[in-house]
Amino acid sequence: MAANLGLFSDPSPPPPISGHVPSSRRRPSHDRISFAPDSSHSASSPSALGVPARHGSRAESERLAASQRDLPDEDARLVVVGDAPGTAEAAARLGLGVGPAGNAVRTGKYSVLSFLPRNLFEQFRRVAYVYFLVIAVLNQLPQLAVFGRGASLLPLAFVLFVTALKDAYEDFRRHRSDRLENNRSSLVLGPSPLPRFLPKPWKRIRVGDVVKLLADDPAPADMVLLSTSDPTGVAYVRTTNLDGESNLKSRYAKQETLARTPEDGFAGVIRCERPNRNIYGFHANLELRGGRRVSLGPSNIVLRGCELKNTAWAVGVVVYAGKDTKVMLNSSGAPSKRSRLETRMNRETLFLSVFLLAMCLIVCTLNGIWLVVHQNELELMQFFRKRDYSGGDEKNYNYYGIAMTVFIIFLMAVIVFQIMIPISLYISMELVRLGQAYFMTRDTNLYDESSNLRFQCRALNINEDLGQIKYIFSDKTGTLTENKMEFQCATVGGVDYSGGKAPSPIETGFYSIVVGDQFWRPKMLVKTDPELAKLLRNGGETEEGKCAREFFLALAACNTIVPLILETPDPKQKLIDYQGESPDEQALVYAAAAYGFVLVERTSGYIVIDVLGDRQRFDVLGLHEFDSDRKRMSVIIGCPDKTVKLYVKGADNSMFGVIDKSINLDIIRATETHLHNYSSLGLRTLVVGTRKLSRTEFEEWQSAYEKASTALLGRAGLLRTVATDIERNLHILGATGIEDKLQKGVPEAIESLRQAGIKVWVLTGDKQETAISIGYSCKLLTREMTQIIINSYSREACRKSLEDAMAMCNKLTELSPMAQSSTTAAGSGRIRLALIIDGNSLVYILETDLQEELFGIASKCDVVLCCRVAPLQKAGIVALVKHRTDDMTLAIGDGANDVSMIQMADVGIGISGQEGRQAVMASDFSMGQFRFLVPLLLVHGHWNYQRMGYMILYNFYKNAAFVLVLFWYMQLVHEDK
Amino acid sequence: MNSKAGSTFGSDGATDSSAARRNSKKPKYSKFTQQELPACKPLLTPGIVISTFALIGIIFIPIGLASLSASEHVVELVDRYDADCVPQHLRDDKLAFIQNSQTNKTCTRRLIVPKQMSSPIQVYYQLDNFYQNHRRYVKSRSDKQLKSKSSERETKTCEPEGTTGDGLAIVPCGLIAWSLFNDTYSFSANSKSLQVNKKDIAWQSDKKHKFGSDVYPKNFQSGGLIGGASLNASIPLSEQEDLIVWMRTAALPTFRKLYGRIEVDLEANEEITVVIQNNYNTYSFGGKKKLVLSTTSWIGGKNNFLGVAYLTVGGLCLFLAMGFILLYVFKPRTLGDPSYLSWNRNAAGYSN
Repeated sequence: MAANLGLFSDPSPPPPISGHVPSSRRRPSHDRISFAPDSSHSASSPSALGVPARHGSRAESERLAASQRDLPDEDARLVVVGDAPGTAEAAARLGLGVGPAGNAVRTGKYSVLSFLPRNLFEQFRRVAYVYFLVIAVLNQLPQLAVFGRGASLLPLAFVLFVTALKDAYEDFRRHRSDRLENNRSSLVLGPSPLPRFLPKPWKRIRVGDVVKLLADDPAPADMVLLSTSDPTGVAYVRTTNLDGESNLKSRYAKQETLARTPEDGFAGVIRCERPNRNIYGFHANLELRGGRRVSLGPSNIVLRGCELKNTAWAVGVVVYAGKDTKVMLNSSGAPSKRSRLETRMNRETLFLSVFLLAMCLIVCTLNGIWLVVHQNELELMQFFRKRDYSGGDEKNYNYYGIAMTVFIIFLMAVIVFQIMIPISLYISMELVRLGQAYFMTRDTNLYDESSNLRFQCRALNINEDLGQIKYIFSDKTGTLTENKMEFQCATVGGVDYSGGKAPSPIETGFYSIVVGDQFWRPKMLVKTDPELAKLLRNGGETEEGKCAREFFLALAACNTIVPLILETPDPKQKLIDYQGESPDEQALVYAAAAYGFVLVERTSGYIVIDVLGDRQRFDVLGLHEFDSDRKRMSVIIGCPDKTVKLYVKGADNSMFGVIDKSINLDIIRATETHLHNYSSLGLRTLVVGTRKLSRTEFEEWQSAYEKASTALLGRAGLLRTVATDIERNLHILGATGIEDKLQKGVPEAIESLRQAGIKVWVLTGDKQETAISIGYSCKLLTREMTQIIINSYSREACRKSLEDAMAMCNKLTELSPMAQSSTTAAGSGRIRLALIIDGNSLVYILETDLQEELFGIASKCDVVLCCRVAPLQKAGIVALVKHRTDDMTLAIGDGANDVSMIQMADVGIGISGQEGRQAVMASDFSMGQFRFLVPLLLVHGHWNYQRMGYMILYNFYKNAAFVLVLFWYMQLVHEDK
Repeated sequence: MNSKAGSTFGSDGATDSSAARRNSKKPKYSKFTQQELPACKPLLTPGIVISTFALIGIIFIPIGLASLSASEHVVELVDRYDADCVPQHLRDDKLAFIQNSQTNKTCTRRLIVPKQMSSPIQVYYQLDNFYQNHRRYVKSRSDKQLKSKSSERETKTCEPEGTTGDGLAIVPCGLIAWSLFNDTYSFSANSKSLQVNKKDIAWQSDKKHKFGSDVYPKNFQSGGLIGGASLNASIPLSEQEDLIVWMRTAALPTFRKLYGRIEVDLEANEEITVVIQNNYNTYSFGGKKKLVLSTTSWIGGKNNFLGVAYLTVGGLCLFLAMGFILLYVFKPRTLGDPSYLSWNRNAAGYSN
């Protein structure tokens, strides 16, 4: 390993850079997603659900907006580190009533004793059962017994019994898994006289306990990291159990706690927010013994169920245990939505019950009239015989005076006509839906081979709404596109290299690097442009060659990717797997590796890059994380040749602002043209720039950086300022084009949906050009379409552009009838409109009176594309349509940013893809691919609706036929006199 | 280096893929789950519709004609006697007349046979406005008691005629048996009496299975209120055919029940004399009593309804078949033409 141990070999200024680097250097990374909005906000707005940073797609500003502040005592929970009893006492002292929950989880609902009453209570919360019960009770009255007493109770008892049996079995299984879970053990620090980590079952772990996790151990509770095996306090966790994301995430122990070990008496108090279900937010501070306060964010906490990976051990203190853990708080069922058909049916049922009452009233009135007319004959009529002479004293036989008899007749009529109200239909519908769900999940057409996922029905009661969808709101990334980024082309030094070809197996040798007697190669192969590769290898000293080297060095260095070395069956070969939160970065690092700049190792202090076979060590002196305001990230690297360089990469519009335009203007021009080309091809673009830092510049930056990262208040803002100060006057290196691959069958699916008369709206966080190009590539937009583009930065401008758009719409629709009359098939001759609107304009439109106009235009357009929209705006757009029409809306998405939209729409579909399970958790249905919408809506939805509709109608008919025969018999017999 | 970490991810491509195949969640193919089972959903093409209607018409019309003619051949003789059989001077208070056990209730009626009636001639009595279907009436019987001697005490369902005042079980109990019809008829023609055969007027199944041969009437009609006929206590219930006929309650307030059969032919214009014992009280509720003599045919008694119904339905179907044929000839249209769909029709309307 050729590694320079120090950057500045002279003893004077900054600290030595070795395995250990002062914590402040890496502090910014802590703040990447810290400063979560306060819990009340995050609970109410789904937008606060964090999403992994992704370039150019996610608005994170609101997360950063909240400044660091103290938690008020009433909202806080106090955790005394290493002192569980003390924590409980503190809770009691604060008057929080019960102390924090123990770590035992109880997902079972019943105990042996409480089963019967609770289960019956749960079951009788359904109106249908109550109705059955009332009817059965009525049947128990001897005067009313129509069907016999036992017979009327039997069906209800049977249903109750079967359901109770099912519930009992499920509960038994839950109890069993609880027991298993609660009896797992973790290492917990023993009591103070002899502090030692001893195994302790999970159920005994309490808030305040200090727990040690070994590699691959799952965390027993939500805990704040105190120290890890890594000297810099990094621990990698895999959160598959929590959100389904399989990549490694880094968590950090605070520098302040890192040095001390709990064994030699660690003390401190953590003040954290009350338990809440926001898994991407955590807000707390740690008060150390000296009175020093350290703030804690979501990057300092390991949640229950996460597995420790790639880290030998980690020690943390439990802050939320048992049912307070975020994973338990999030394990609620799907939101309950009600199918439109059912709403309609409820209305009809209400009408039917009125009808039933009317019939009963008619029957008992006629009976009353008959009784009054024949009042005097009742005693002698052979078939009535009012009097009962048997058994000594005279009494009436089943006769209580006219009024009472009429009332009894009324109740009797209710029993006889009971099936007019199709309560049993609700149960039939449930069964039918169960069957439909079975058919949908078993459909091989809805099975996704690549992710091995079946269709999943999470909400059972809106199956038939699938057949009624009029509007589809789709996310772009991960839904229409695969979210598998592929490096396509690059422009380096003003020269476009896009002649990449697929890597052939023969060439694979080129990619591997030699470590001892082993070959390491990147896991994913990327096609390379031969000319660029040649330039890199041969063009050593030319200007272009240098530029290209710098460019790929920047790609390999300027990121947060962690390389992992995987074994292969061949002991001589190993795979390098790049793990990271941003798929763009992954693609870029793989690309750099393909061109010979292989990122081999990353620790917090340095990275090792194999530069064309020569292994070099670069010191990472500072890292400015990506944020949505700057839209770029930068890294400050100490190179082996002892120069300090700043590498910046970011979105083109943000980068061109910080690039020094005075030099290499023609390169900038050329790059801009290339970028435009890439953009129109549907590629995601990133611009890379660099700057050599002089010694003084670096020192200035370093002191500012250190000051900012140790600041207690407004750290994120200060760091941003530091970043903006250093990221200027850049020298442009080039730009990359990454293909965001479309999912299979998307264009065809969109075409089919369009033919079916369903409007597809795409709501994306991407920028407008990307959105439009994706729109073209998935056939959403066509060349014949007239595009209406609304980009405005003020309310007035919005109003104006909306009015213009409206006028244009009207003009075009006036024209279209002429075009239409010549053709029979609708729409083919019409001028089709597409509305493209961006998030900025939506800010001014949504929640104001302009909404109405937007809706007016949008409903005239065939396609609506919204770009740069925030998660809440997505929900706002769905609501805009949902509240103004009677049409059903469907939202489909895969990321946490789609959750609000999925929950807002009538039907929410989650794509179980790359971005975790947040969307799936919130959805009503989940599936693997966008194209499954076609069979789902047009086949299953159609059938579900039709069959359900037939069943309901037939049920109504059947009941009416049955009841009305009885009714007319009663009437006829009377009229016969 | 990271070799230690690497080992924790020690799975390789080959085992991955085989594991994936093993754990594949791909739904198993079956025609049922893929909803590909053969199904029959007939399309209502003009041919099918027209031929179905025509077929129904062709089948129904002859049936209707046949049943109408059969009904026409049935000779029916109906005589209402409830009002006329009350002596002139007692007609103001019929109730008093019928309730008085002392009055002479014999009444003689003369009937002219309209057409030749060939044997067997069924003799029915017909009651109007008698609600044998009334809920409290229908329920007031004990089938168990009727069936076997051992269940004699099962009179709970028989209220208010379950037991006598002394608590003794009444056999047969209940309002139905209690109200047994007790008018009697004797016929004579040309001063020669006509025998009425009262055997085999009840259902065989009732006699065999529902009324016990070891059950004898007990305490019957012994209470304060007499509802109708008394029964011979020495004859088992299974032989009491009048009772069995009566106990099969009618669904409508106007009903006929079989009284017996006359097994000689009656000539047209022959005069029959009927001596009626007018005992049964229908005066309390304004009911009518009629005597009916009728021959039978293969459709039963005189009943035009069946024939008319068949003719109506058959005629209607034939008419529809004709109509559709005309429509098909003069204004044909292709099957499944999408331009007739509502949205397409609207668009067309819009452009016009």
